[in-house]
Amino acid sequence: MRGTLDVADLRGDPRRRSRDKRMGGLLAGSAAVSVLVSVLILFVLLRGAIDFMRSVDWDLGMLVDDGATPGWFPRRERFDLLTIVLGSLVMGVIAMLVALPLGLGTAVYLSEYAPTRVRRVVKPIVEVLAGIPSVIVGYFALNFIAPDVVDRLLNPVNSRNMLVAGLAIGILVVPIMASITEDALRAVPQSLREASFGIGARKSTTTIRVVIPAAVSGIVAAFIIATSRAIGETMVATMAGGRDGSGPRVLSPLDPGLTMTAAMTNAAGGTDQVKAGAPFQVLFFVGLLLFLVTLLLNLVGDRFVQRVRQKY
Amino acid sequence: MTTVEIANTDGADVRAALTRRERQPSSTVLTLVLLVTVATTLLILFILLTQVVSRAWPVVTGRGTEFLTETIGSEPSLAGIWPGLFGSFFIGLGVLLVSVPLGVAAAIYLEEYAPNSRVTRLVIVNIRNLAGVPAVIYGVLGLIIFVGWLRPVTNGGSVIAASLTLAVLVLPVVIITSMEAIRAVPMGLRDAGYGVGASRWEVTRDHVIPYAMPGILTGTVLALARALGEAAPLIMVGAITGLLPETSLTGNFTALPMLIYNWSGRPSTSGGDIGWSNASAAAGLVLLVLVLAFNLLAILLRNRFESRRTGT
Repeated sequence: MRGTLDVADLRGDPRRRSRDKRMGGLLAGSAAVSVLVSVLILFVLLRGAIDFMRSVDWDLGMLVDDGATPGWFPRRERFDLLTIVLGSLVMGVIAMLVALPLGLGTAVYLSEYAPTRVRRVVKPIVEVLAGIPSVIVGYFALNFIAPDVVDRLLNPVNSRNMLVAGLAIGILVVPIMASITEDALRAVPQSLREASFGIGARKSTTTIRVVIPAAVSGIVAAFIIATSRAIGETMVATMAGGRDGSGPRVLSPLDPGLTMTAAMTNAAGGTDQVKAGAPFQVLFFVGLLLFLVTLLLNLVGDRFVQRVRQKY
Repeated sequence: MTTVEIANTDGADVRAALTRRERQPSSTVLTLVLLVTVATTLLILFILLTQVVSRAWPVVTGRGTEFLTETIGSEPSLAGIWPGLFGSFFIGLGVLLVSVPLGVAAAIYLEEYAPNSRVTRLVIVNIRNLAGVPAVIYGVLGLIIFVGWLRPVTNGGSVIAASLTLAVLVLPVVIITSMEAIRAVPMGLRDAGYGVGASRWEVTRDHVIPYAMPGILTGTVLALARALGEAAPLIMVGAITGLLPETSLTGNFTALPMLIYNWSGRPSTSGGDIGWSNASAAAGLVLLVLVLAFNLLAILLRNRFESRRTGT
């Protein structure tokens, strides 16, 4: 039997085709929402930051107070940016001093040393730690780390201080540090380990001289991403940091301190209901700064993760 | 020509020299250090959990379910968490109704429909970065968009606004985990579908989604757990920390993490077995049980998912 076959005959049922098109459009629209969210975040932060700059007459000099007692006092319109940046920095450094050894050690143990049975038990437990809400870690900081650890050992004037908050934030980011590092270690090909064992290297030598150097970009990525989380952590810094929205510029970990995030929650949820003026609008400016810092850290961290993936 | 003679060739020494392993001090030190870090991590988790449980115990035994159904009081021995449960329930519901459909649809588009172009890659990078944006920034977004612009819908700082804010916060988590689940669907399933003339939507609906379902569910459950534990965005959108006589969808609201945040900072009142720190711990215990149950469910789902994938 012979006949002509049209292109239309091969296209199939037009109703099914049009439904396929409609669904594609609907799904694409959903994907576009994520882009919209990013655009809105940037827009909201930028607009608020510009409003803030206008309300203080574009005087960037006022953001670093060079008076005798510099500090962050939004009610008195004294915005010493250095106070809250240093607060975030001090607590971030303390947090990473906790998270780096604990996270790295846990990851190396799980990936290189743990017998399968131990691993099967320990790994879910570390994941449980990852699931604990930050308010509960904040509660733990106030009711255990402060009274039972820091107060007893160092006897600070204020039992809520940057050391307490920093330690608690460290506990909070250990699982992130551990899980990204472990992924990187497990991505190291088995052949590298076998080659090392083959020339008679010990397990410790293999781990330190072969596996860890091979996974170093993943470990750097873990460190950077965990740092970004530590700086963005809000509840613990607000609860245990010890300052209610204002305070002088301090550096000592045993003093109460203010982070960028705590300054933001205090500006929005403060006792005064006025949601206008420079003391409120400064939260957008700080938010923009925080957004840019964490975005930069995440982008750099992601680059390092990709490097591990490309290598192996 | 020199000859090498091995002294004491009875074999025992040679065998001992060749099989001697892991006896060097450096090896032992590394193993010890690793064990100490893992033990510390586990110990911290253990202390945290026992602290919460032991402090919550007087409330659990003394008040039982009354603690769940009572409204927030000004006395720690009378205060209950009902308004917090109410708020957290609707926040969870919002995540299920908004982020899951949107997130899964976006993941389907990006994995099944989108061309492998620069734009698609940019959208994916954007989603990964959104996942790293600090929670407090989503709070700023919620404050402007859901509390401000959408006031006719949300009536300001209501539970609807909070629930939408957290839905946006966990959207990237849902998209990323769903994309991973969809990517793990074997290509052969799709090819078989196309081979018998199914359209792209038909293949996606009938084969890809069912196969990826456990992975998608895992992501959903993790997103729920994350949303229930977040407090920082709630402070930003105006969750109240004081008394809340009535619960409604459009009026003032609070949620479980907000109660813990608020109560754990209060000085313990004298008299009575139950202080604010006990009430706070009890609220923390309820939140922990909810969040950990969701996390456990996610781990179980993932394990089933993995065993099925290797099984086929």
